[in-house]
Amino acid sequence: MSAAATLARQGSPLREFWRGYSKSRVAVAALILLLLILAVAIGAPLISPQDPYDLKQLDIMDSKLAPGEKSATGGLYLLGTDDQGRDMLSAIFYGLRISLGVGVMSTVVALAIGIVVGLISAYAGGWTDALIMRLVDLQLSFPAILIALILLAITGQGVDKIIIALIAVQWAYYARTVRGAALVEKRKEYVDAAICLGYNPVRIVLRHIMPNVLPPLIVVATVQVAHAIALEATLSFLGLGMPITSPSLGLLISNGFTHLLSGKYWISFFPGIALLVTIVAINLVGDQLRDVLNPRLK
Amino acid sequence: MLAYIARRLAQSVLALFVMSALVFVGVYAIGNPVDILINPQADQAEIARVTAALGLDQPMWKQYWSFLSAALSGDLGKSFASNVSAITLILERMPATVELALVAMIIAIVLGLPLGLWAGLKPDSFAAKSIMAGSILGFSLPTFWVGLMLIMIFSVWLGWLPSTGRGPTIDVLGLQLSMFTWDGLKHLLMPATNLALFKLSLLIRLTRAGTREAMVQDYVRFARAKGVPERRVVSVHVLKNILIPIVTVLGLEFGSLIAFAIVTETIFAWPGMGKLLIDSINVLDRPVIVAYLMIIVFLFIVINLVVDILYTALDPRVRLSGARA
Repeated sequence: MSAAATLARQGSPLREFWRGYSKSRVAVAALILLLLILAVAIGAPLISPQDPYDLKQLDIMDSKLAPGEKSATGGLYLLGTDDQGRDMLSAIFYGLRISLGVGVMSTVVALAIGIVVGLISAYAGGWTDALIMRLVDLQLSFPAILIALILLAITGQGVDKIIIALIAVQWAYYARTVRGAALVEKRKEYVDAAICLGYNPVRIVLRHIMPNVLPPLIVVATVQVAHAIALEATLSFLGLGMPITSPSLGLLISNGFTHLLSGKYWISFFPGIALLVTIVAINLVGDQLRDVLNPRLK
Repeated sequence: MLAYIARRLAQSVLALFVMSALVFVGVYAIGNPVDILINPQADQAEIARVTAALGLDQPMWKQYWSFLSAALSGDLGKSFASNVSAITLILERMPATVELALVAMIIAIVLGLPLGLWAGLKPDSFAAKSIMAGSILGFSLPTFWVGLMLIMIFSVWLGWLPSTGRGPTIDVLGLQLSMFTWDGLKHLLMPATNLALFKLSLLIRLTRAGTREAMVQDYVRFARAKGVPERRVVSVHVLKNILIPIVTVLGLEFGSLIAFAIVTETIFAWPGMGKLLIDSINVLDRPVIVAYLMIIVFLFIVINLVVDILYTALDPRVRLSGARA
C-alpha cells in the first residue's frame, strides 16, 4: 500500500481524533452541552431576558417570585426571582460567564506557570530541581481548599484575588506533571541529537521537549477547569470569594441559602443545577479526551 | 529503616517551621485588628494602649520570635475577640469536628467498600454501571450545594432532620460527643453524609480498580484451582491485597476531611473548628486563625509522616528505593 493510500484511509489527524472521540455518545452529548454552555456564557448580555445588574430594570415588587410566575408588568420569570426582584435565569447566565471566566483564566495562567517551572526543574536538575520539588511536595500535601482559604484570608476579597488564589492552588500540580513528562523526554535520542547539533538549551526545551509534553497536560487542564470552578463556587459560598458586585454561581447559591429555610428553594437550586451541569459536562469531555489521546490505549 | 525515619522526621520539622513562618507573616499582613476591636470613638491614646497591650507595636520579626517561643511551649496567643487562649478555643471545638469527620469516614467505608467490590466483580452489570455513574456524580456535585439540597429536602420539606447545630452531647471519656444520643445522631446524620459523599465516590473508584486488577492475578486463579469457594476468594484473598493502598489513601484523606469540614460546618452551623475559622476570618481574630492553621499544618504533617512510615513498613519495595535515595 502506498503512503498516500494509507493517509487517505486514516484521514487527517483531526478527523482521526474525532472518530475516536465520537465513539462515546455520552461524550458527544457532553461536548454539545459544553459548547452550548460556553455560548450562553459568552452571549449572556444578548440572550438574557433582563440585565440583572441594571437597577432600572428591577422591580422590588417582583421579589421572591416562584418559577413560572409573571411580574406585575407582565414579564414571565421562568426560574423565579431573588430577593431583589432579579430574574434568576438572567442571573444564572451572567453567573456562568463569571464562573467560567474565572475558572478558565486561572487554569490557563497556572498552566503557563506550571510548564515553565516544571521545564526548568526537569532541565536544570540538581539543587534547583530539589528545591522546587520539595516546595511542590509541601504544597500538594495540603488540600487545595485550605491553601485557597489561607490566601484569601490574607489578601481579602476580589476577583483578582480569587484568581490569584486559584492559580496558587493549581500551579504545583502542573509543575509536577510537566517535570515528570519532561524527564522522560529528556532521555530520548532526539534530545541527544539536538544537543549534538549545538542548539542552546532554551531552544531544546522550548522547541523540542515542550511540544511532546503538552498534549497530556491539556487533558489534565480541561478537568482542572471544572475543579477551579467548583473551588471558586465553594469559596464564594463561604463568603471569601467573589465580591457582591460580580456574582458567580457560587455567590448566587449563597444568596439563596438564607431563603432556603423558608421554602424558597429556587434561588439556590437553579444556580446549583447550572454549576453541576457545567462541571459534569467538562468532566465527561475531559475523560473522553484522555481516553482518545492516551497512546497506551490505542 | 531507622535512618529513613530520622530523615523523614527532620523533613517534617523543617516543613512545620517553614509553614509557621509563612502563616505568621501572611496572617499578620491582614488589616489592623485594632480598628475592629476598639470603640470607634476611642482617642489616639486609647488606640496606642490597646496596640501595645496586644503586642502589635513590636516589629514583625520580634512578634514572630515571641510567637514561636510561646508556640513551642504550647501557647498560641489569646483570641483578640474573646480574650481566651486561642488553643483552648480550638481544642474545645475539636471533638465536634473529629466526630463529624470520623462518622463521615465510617459512612464512606461502610458504603464504599461493598459498592466498589460489587462494581469491580461484575463490571458489565447494570448495578455496576449505576454505581460508577453515581460516583462520577459524587465527584462532580459541589459539596456545599449538596448540603443545601439535603437541608431543603430533609429539613424544610420532609421535616425529618434538624438543619443546624449538634443537638445534645454526652460526656464520653471527657469528650463531648453527640453520636451516642438519638437526637444527637439525627443532628449528625446530614452533615456527616454530606461530608462523606466525596470520599465515598473516591473509595468506590479505588476499590473497583483494585478489585479488577486483583481478579486477573495468578494468586486468584490458583485459589480457584485449589477449590476455594468464590466467597472466600473475594473476602480473604482479594480484599486483603487491595486493602493496603486503600488504607493508605484513607489515612491521607482523613486530614482532608477535617479541612473540608470547614464547608460542611458552615452550612449546618456545626460548632466545630472549621466554623470557628470562618468566624475568626470574618472578625480578623489573628491568633485564632494562626492557631487553627498551625494545628491543621501539624496534623497534616503528622498524618503524612505516619502514613509514609507505615507504608514503608508494609511494602518492602518502597523501603528499598527509600534507602537508596
